Formats: sequence, C-alpha cells, structure tokens
Amino acid sequence: MISKRIIPCLDVRDGRVVKGKNFEGIQDVSDPVELARYYNETGADELVFYDITASVEGRGLFTDVLRRVASQIFIPLTVGGGINTVEDFDRVLKCGADKVSVNSGAIRNPDLIGQAARKYGNQCVVLSMDVKRVDGMFRIFAKGGREDTGIDAIEWAKRGEASGAGELVVNSIDTDGVKGGFDLEMLDAMAAAVQIPIIASGGAGKREDFAELFCHSGVDAGLAASIFHYKEVVITDLKRYLREQGVEMRL
Amino acid sequence: MIAVIDYGVGNLFSLVSSLRYLGLDAEVTGDAEKIGAADRIILPGVGAFADAMAKLRQTGLDEVVTGQAEAGKPLLGICLGMQVLFDTSLEYGEHRGLGLIPGRVAPILDDLSPADRAALKIPHMGWNRLEIVRDCPLLRYSRTGDYVYYVHSYYARDCADSVAAVSEYGIPITGAVVRGNVMGTQFHPEKSGETGLRILKAFSEIGG
Repeated sequence: MISKRIIPCLDVRDGRVVKGKNFEGIQDVSDPVELARYYNETGADELVFYDITASVEGRGLFTDVLRRVASQIFIPLTVGGGINTVEDFDRVLKCGADKVSVNSGAIRNPDLIGQAARKYGNQCVVLSMDVKRVDGMFRIFAKGGREDTGIDAIEWAKRGEASGAGELVVNSIDTDGVKGGFDLEMLDAMAAAVQIPIIASGGAGKREDFAELFCHSGVDAGLAASIFHYKEVVITDLKRYLREQGVEMRL
Repeated sequence: MIAVIDYGVGNLFSLVSSLRYLGLDAEVTGDAEKIGAADRIILPGVGAFADAMAKLRQTGLDEVVTGQAEAGKPLLGICLGMQVLFDTSLEYGEHRGLGLIPGRVAPILDDLSPADRAALKIPHMGWNRLEIVRDCPLLRYSRTGDYVYYVHSYYARDCADSVAAVSEYGIPITGAVVRGNVMGTQFHPEKSGETGLRILKAFSEIGG
C-alpha cells in the first residue's frame, strides 16, 4: 500500500525561505537549497515550494532556486505561487517541478485547471485552497488569506476535481500558525466530497497532531512549515513515531 | 554515454539531473547515430500511451530503439517508457507497443475488487513498497521494503516471465521488469530518492 506522506512547505521570497503566522509577520528562515537538502536527508516524502515574491527579480531568483534544488534532490517537487497561465506551468516544469499548484490563478480563471490538466496530465495539477469559516460555512479566501471570495470551499473542491485537478492542498486559515492541530472537521468534509488525494495543511504543532490526522483515512499527506524549519519536529523522528502508531510510512 | 531518448514526451530535467548527479555521462537525444553510439539507452515517458507510440513512429525512433535492444544494448524504460516496451495497451482503445516484452498494459481499476475500487484512489500515486520477486542486475542494490515513487493509472500484466518487482495496491502492481537486456520500471527512479539513484546506478553498470 502507498504510504502516507510528510511534506515540508518552503515559502520562498527573494531567494530565501520565509515563514509568517496566519499569513502575516513574515520572518526570514534560511537558504532554500540547504533546507531542501536537510529535508531530503531527514526523509521528507515530497517538497512544496511557494513563490511568494512580488517582484520580477524575485521571480528570477525563485526559478534559480528551483533549478538548484531540482538538480540535487530527487523526490517529488511541487511548485506554487504566481501560477496564472499554462505558460507559468511550463516555466516551473522546465526548472524541475513535478507538480504545479494553483490557487488564486484558478479563482480568477477556473479554466486554468482544465487547460493545464489536458496539457500535462491530472497528476501534475494540484489545486491549493485557503479555507476559513464564515457564518458556519467553509469559504475560499484569496490574496494570501485576506479576501473572502464568497466561494463555498466544498463546491470549489468538487469543481476542481471535475476540471482535472489531481490532488488538493487544503489549508485551514483558522488553524494555520496556531499549532493546535489540523482542522479535522474541515478535512473530513473535504474528504467526503472528493476522491483525489488530500494534503492537509495548517495547524501542526507536534507529532501527535499527525497521528490524529492520519486516523482520518481520507487524508493522504500532512504538510507543515515552521515546526519543521525550526526543528521542533524532525521528520525522521516523526515518521518513526507514526509507524509505531500503525501509520504506513516510508523510512 | 547514456542516451536519454528525446521524442517530445515529458519532462527530462530530473532524470538527466539524477544521472549527472551520479557522475554519469548522459545526453538527451533523438539522433539515431548518437543513440547507436551510446552504451545504454533510457526511454522515458509521461502522458498517454497512444501519443507516445505515435511520436516514436513519427520520428522513426521506434525502429531505432527496437533495433538497438535486439542488438543487445541495455535499455531501460521508465513509467510510460516501460509500458511501451510491451505488446499492447488498453489505454483509450487498443494500441500496439514496441513488443520487446510479452504482456499487455491495462487499467488498474478494472482489476481491483469492488471494495478496493471504492477505497483506493486512481492514479496510484505516491510512495509504495517494492517486493523483489526475481534477482536481477537492475535491482542489485535494492531490497524488498525499499519505497519507490509511482504515478500511473495503467499497469503491465500477463508478463509473469519478466516481472522483477511488484508493489501491492489491492493487486500486485508490476513495478520492475527485466527481459535480458530490456528493462523497465513503472515507478520513477529519478523521483525515488536514494533508492531510485541506486537503481539508476545499477543500470549504468549493466553490460559495462
């Protein structure tokens, strides 16, 4: 059987890995290539790189970082941030990405998912969504979590799957950065709505949070950033612990 | 030199990077002369079977690859590049492959039990455990229990004589095949971390 996956996420701005809390207060963490190498050595199953650069220079630095990582680290790489067109898919795939994650680009142009899936295959298209509760509903937020789009998150996930997304990254704004555990209620609702793999994001603070996450069988992977970056949780230890708890893990 | 066949299918960045990382001389090429001069051939591939075969035929590379393989040159097909080594595929109709390994390519879904059909996601995507069922040079540095990375919805079947390793996904999924100098992996060694690098290294030593 396939293993559950542990995925560190690297937010890259101007060639550096950074981390904020609840999408705010961005801090510099480290060099992306060094950090990627560390994650590869400690058993990460996959890496996600988000380009959170605003400038053209930053974008150039990002593709340079991606190329350097992809030429040294041979596990699946997903790239997101600033993906608005099929040409953007092309740009990062040529630099070594295996999968491309779309978020705001798909909100602005929902056809992007289908266009990219037809060209590169469903397995290449990851739909990433930032979800927050509003009046008891799960809503899609845009602009790094600042803007309520009014879109129902469950409907959006179903639509994404139908259009050709091969995987979902579901990030809970409500639990992000709080380190109180994943948003299990929301993840269960997502898992009940779609068949494609679900990567849970937002809220991991300790290894027990992952054990609890994988008790929810609809979830395929757990994604986190700061707890891995700051070595609060070391992936090798986490995976050993999860295997002891009966979760299938690649060790 | 390892010739990585360029026929306009898929992204070769990681494969070439991993070969170079191992210190191997690799060249992406669709040139028959260069392929003829190479010590080994890798046939990559991502996408649909029929498209891949059409592109191989259009470029005449189907005959180049088949000819080289029949002359005894080590050939490794990866993912869709492994699937085209077989006789036929049932991906969107029935299509003829290169016929270098007896067997056929069929949808995973059709062979799953009703319970697994509901429980297992298709594509079979992620890290799965290898079970080695035959000793072969390609897997000389690998062990049962190693994890490799798969992304596919179709798999090779009716090829018991050439299966070297399988991974369990409701049914035994053909993971690696070997028939003399013709080899293939359904998984992506170039995405399978250290385990994958060891398999590429083993391939680079075959017949050398």
